[in-house]
Amino acid sequence: MGVTQEILNAITQAAEGAGATRINSVRVTIGELTEIVPDALQFAWEALTPGTLAEGSVLEVVETGGRSICLDCTKEFSHDRFERRCTSCGSYATKVISGDELLIDDIDVDLAEDASDGEAEG
Amino acid sequence: MEIDLSRPILERNDTLAAANRVRLAATGTFALDVLASPGAGKTTTILATLAFLGDRFRVAVIEGDIASRVDAEKVKASGIMAVQINTGGACHLEADMVSRALDALPLEELDLVVLENVGNLVCPIEFDLGQSARIVIASVPEGDDKPLKYPSIFAIADAVLLNKVDAAPVFDFDETAFTQGVRNLNGAAPIFRVSAKTGEGIGEWAEWLAERVNAVRASSL
Repeated sequence: MGVTQEILNAITQAAEGAGATRINSVRVTIGELTEIVPDALQFAWEALTPGTLAEGSVLEVVETGGRSICLDCTKEFSHDRFERRCTSCGSYATKVISGDELLIDDIDVDLAEDASDGEAEG
Repeated sequence: MEIDLSRPILERNDTLAAANRVRLAATGTFALDVLASPGAGKTTTILATLAFLGDRFRVAVIEGDIASRVDAEKVKASGIMAVQINTGGACHLEADMVSRALDALPLEELDLVVLENVGNLVCPIEFDLGQSARIVIASVPEGDDKPLKYPSIFAIADAVLLNKVDAAPVFDFDETAFTQGVRNLNGAAPIFRVSAKTGEGIGEWAEWLAERVNAVRASSL
């Protein structure tokens, strides 16, 4: 919920700054190694967005898998949340290189003039 | 129209955490974030650790709870400076709450600030507070499968404390499985076996902490 609120605050600010009247969609990247559950994000999105610029918007979640580099044998390997041990040499000295992302990528908005265009088209 | 943001979701928190870190570094104060599930013995372990360290450091404790002042009162009763943060429903501390708590402390006179996070093994992970180190306290009655159920928190820990080892005889706790579970996620963190109740192992863990507090203090002198 806290994370969803942060997303909503950040995109509302950006949309208002751009003079947008409506947020159509939001794309975020969530790493598999974080504790953020995409389903819970969607649920919170539906609960928090009514009455905001993002009401009715689509929250698109791009998930990234866990990937680490071994500090001993320098090999890169994919892994899940439960084991970060090097799959080549068995070393415990590994460093996450992907899968811990929590990013807002971009948003799609209607500007004041877009909205009238939309009506004309549709 | 598409607007490219490409920013961390928790940018606001990260910025405030960085400010806390700068502030703590300026006064040579070490901040220890203590993470654990409810009932693992956070407050008791903190008090046992500070009792062992005695007057070697000037210390304050920031207590994070959803509600109540119970823990802060307990700490104050031991003669230790304490500030209570009530998160008002939030299941973790955030950098702005810590920033306000630091405002209430004489940081230039403190060597160590202990941040007792809200009892939770999930939500605090993504929220940087500006801490110098993070420890996770697990306890024997919770079972040896905690690292399997809550992998991320063990992966980010600088040290892991296994508390209530005095109760091991009455629980089916497989310590080898626990240690292996932690190791699969975190090759570096030392695992300290402690009992905050009997004092077993507290010395070894407290010395690990003391070494780090001294290093931060020395770097600011």
